[in-house]
Amino acid sequence: MSAPLVDIRNVSHRFGQLPVLKDVSLAIEPGSYTILLGPSGSGKTTLLSILGGFVTPSEGKVFIRGQDCTAVPPAKRPTTTVFQDYALFPHMSVGGNVGFGLRMRGIDGATRAAKARDALALVGLAAAFDKKPHQLSGGQRQRVALARALVIEPAVLLLDEPLGALDLKLRRQMQDELKAIQKRIGTAFVHVTHDQEEAMALADHCVVMNDGGIEDEGPPERVYARPKTRFSATFMGESTILAGSVSGAENGIVTVSTAVGPVSLPGAPPAGDTVALAIRPEHLLLGEARGSVALGAGKVGDVVFQGSFKRVLAASALDAALQFIAKAPASATVQAGDTIAISCNARDIILLAD
Amino acid sequence: MRAAVRLAAWVYAIAVYGFIFLPVVVLVLFSLQATSFPIPPFTGPSLRWYQAVLADARLTSALVNSLLVAVLSSLASVTLGFLSAWGFARFVLPGSALLRGLITLPLTVSYLIIGMGLLVLFNWAGVPKSLLAAGIGHVVINLPLCFAIIYSQMGDHQINIERAARDLGAAEWKVLLLITVPVMAPAIFAGFFLSMTFSWDEFVISFLLTRFETTLPVEIWNLLRSGLNPKTNAVGSLVFAVSIVLVVFFELTLLRRKPA
Amino acid sequence: MSVSGSNPRALPWALVTPALAWTLLFFVLPFIAMGFSSLTAHEGGGFTLANYSQFFADPSYWRAMVNSLEITAIVTVISILLAYPFAWILAEMVPERWQRLALMLAVLPFWTSYVVRSYSWLLVLAQNGVINRALTGIGLIAEPLQLANTRFATVTGFVHFFVMLLTLTIFANLKQLSPSYRKAAADLGAGPARTFLHVVLPLTLPGIMVGAFLTFVLCIGDYITPQILGGNNELVMPQLVMMQIGRRGDFPLASALSIILMAVVTIAYLACARWLKIERA
Repeated sequence: MSAPLVDIRNVSHRFGQLPVLKDVSLAIEPGSYTILLGPSGSGKTTLLSILGGFVTPSEGKVFIRGQDCTAVPPAKRPTTTVFQDYALFPHMSVGGNVGFGLRMRGIDGATRAAKARDALALVGLAAAFDKKPHQLSGGQRQRVALARALVIEPAVLLLDEPLGALDLKLRRQMQDELKAIQKRIGTAFVHVTHDQEEAMALADHCVVMNDGGIEDEGPPERVYARPKTRFSATFMGESTILAGSVSGAENGIVTVSTAVGPVSLPGAPPAGDTVALAIRPEHLLLGEARGSVALGAGKVGDVVFQGSFKRVLAASALDAALQFIAKAPASATVQAGDTIAISCNARDIILLAD
Repeated sequence: MRAAVRLAAWVYAIAVYGFIFLPVVVLVLFSLQATSFPIPPFTGPSLRWYQAVLADARLTSALVNSLLVAVLSSLASVTLGFLSAWGFARFVLPGSALLRGLITLPLTVSYLIIGMGLLVLFNWAGVPKSLLAAGIGHVVINLPLCFAIIYSQMGDHQINIERAARDLGAAEWKVLLLITVPVMAPAIFAGFFLSMTFSWDEFVISFLLTRFETTLPVEIWNLLRSGLNPKTNAVGSLVFAVSIVLVVFFELTLLRRKPA
Repeated sequence: MSVSGSNPRALPWALVTPALAWTLLFFVLPFIAMGFSSLTAHEGGGFTLANYSQFFADPSYWRAMVNSLEITAIVTVISILLAYPFAWILAEMVPERWQRLALMLAVLPFWTSYVVRSYSWLLVLAQNGVINRALTGIGLIAEPLQLANTRFATVTGFVHFFVMLLTLTIFANLKQLSPSYRKAAADLGAGPARTFLHVVLPLTLPGIMVGAFLTFVLCIGDYITPQILGGNNELVMPQLVMMQIGRRGDFPLASALSIILMAVVTIAYLACARWLKIERA
């Protein structure tokens, strides 16, 4: 396997006394779509700024295409950034904006215009060449920012919450377009977001960040189905979390004692460990003992109709502090106030070291 | 009751307008006086005093001096103010708050005292009184104004715009010339025109720091010693007209730039 | 080669140094020079505190400071009282599309040269000027009133200028106020008067303070208006300063008086400092 396109090695960063990144290492493969997912304050934007050259890390190194770029200024590294607020030059036409990077590289006007038009066509805005940024809608500005960054053919395109300012419907539409454009041109994209749906829809490689560190990374399917940490299990999609301790381990099967009784499932941790069990909402089964693992009764607190399903919140009858989050079919008749048996299958339980 | 309050409000507003415009109207009206005293009754209209002003070489050269000092000192003020505002807004400098305070400090000091200080300094240093000395004083009063206006308009959004330009390969001076200056143009214009009007109007610094060649307000002051005179009305009306042209131009250029 | 590429530390300083140098050279240094001068004897040089003690010992000098403070206080109060309702009417009662024009008109004479502005008031207030002619004309008075060369004339000239200045600042303040505040107050049951008293007035107070401070600084340091309109009957500090330079060439005493005047303004500034911050948007 070839060397990674971007190799972030043991990067730490502090703003003043405040550590915002703690010993982060990350490899980005050519042609991949990487998502940095995390809540605000998790360090994801700082990591992107370090990649873009706007911030020089306190410690650690950044290699791009094998070269040490740690202290190379933004203009001199093969990355370009699409800013959250787009940062279009308000006094230039769309064509002027898109051609700016080429102009800075001394490329003549005719070539520049031709390339800018191609880039605009790529993002579906060929007709906007002569318009001013303020004449465009938010989604269109977003595309211009994308075209402007792509036209200079960076090795890595960095996107800082690029869809954050758009309304939900437009966001989903732009998601699809971003993915299509990325696949067409094959440039590696690194995209920062706090929206886990966006992450799942776009990423080849999903990096979940929290508190200055990487919690989990991998293909989004894997991160969702088998999150490595409790944070990852609750941030990338919802989960019901059962805290417990391992009371027995034998032949690859562990028994965990929890507030709702002992639960047996495949796993390795030795007896005595404290663990957490995470169960995705769609894996919780409501009604008479349907799954292999009974989780006791729950008193339904709230039922929220979501269109294609109902989101059910229920407090455990055995431990009031335990909240079940379940997904019931839209046709389910469950109501707030009902007491209902809850179960699941052992294979759907995610075992997390706590 | 409500109607009475509304009426009272309109009467009040008209009275204040009357108060504000009374001296200007009297000034302009009696500049058209045909006889030698700018007091009632009105004997015009006549343009003889305007002719007298235009024939007065001292006044016309003072007018040229005033324009020269205003344009050059405003250019200097806006350039220094812009560069320093950019430096302070975009870079972390040690003691930034203190240094910014130093630059804006002259705003809180009377022109008289600024003029006095320069007079004492130039006197000691052997710098002769001149239009250049007055121009230096005008930069002292207008630089903090330009700095404050431009600095207050440098928002975080513009930081990203400049970053984007750098990211796309623009050298620092290209960022300045191609991005920052055009984006900041309204604030730069505002600073320049305000400086122009203040310098054009300034009396006490010019009075203290010039001698033979002087600016229009000082020359008008010299005219005042001859008492009430329609010639003073005429030159005053002309100065007013120039200020109004500046202000209207300023309003129009800024208004047109602002999206509705 | 970019400047930042060669030396990233040098660029910011290169940007701010010219302005700082200008301020140090032509503002701070003159001030120091004035300080030294104020401690020098007019005749023969040498260190002395005489210039300051002269101010504190001579009641006519004291009087000028008292006049300055009295006139400034009167002007500030009258100007605010006149300008606030005026700005309110412009902001609240004039239809939106005419507001800019109404405001521009209201401050148009603001842009006349201030020498000319004071002279214009002299035309209005003179012995045989417009007001006296009008009043005698309609038979309200028999003899012309002594209006020019009085404190009344000085105050009128000042108030004229500062009403315009304060209208500008207060208008801007009223317009910045989000209409939701007033709606919220009305929604919670406050009538117009109470809304004004408890919501609008407190929210516009900072703007008034900025305006009042500007008025104070500009008024107490102005030479032209009292000289042209007030005449020499009643001296204020700037007139006293100018007299030392003009008649006697007494730079040390003029410097000392300037520094005392400056000290008074500084005290006022410190008192209002919390309202006068210049910050980035």
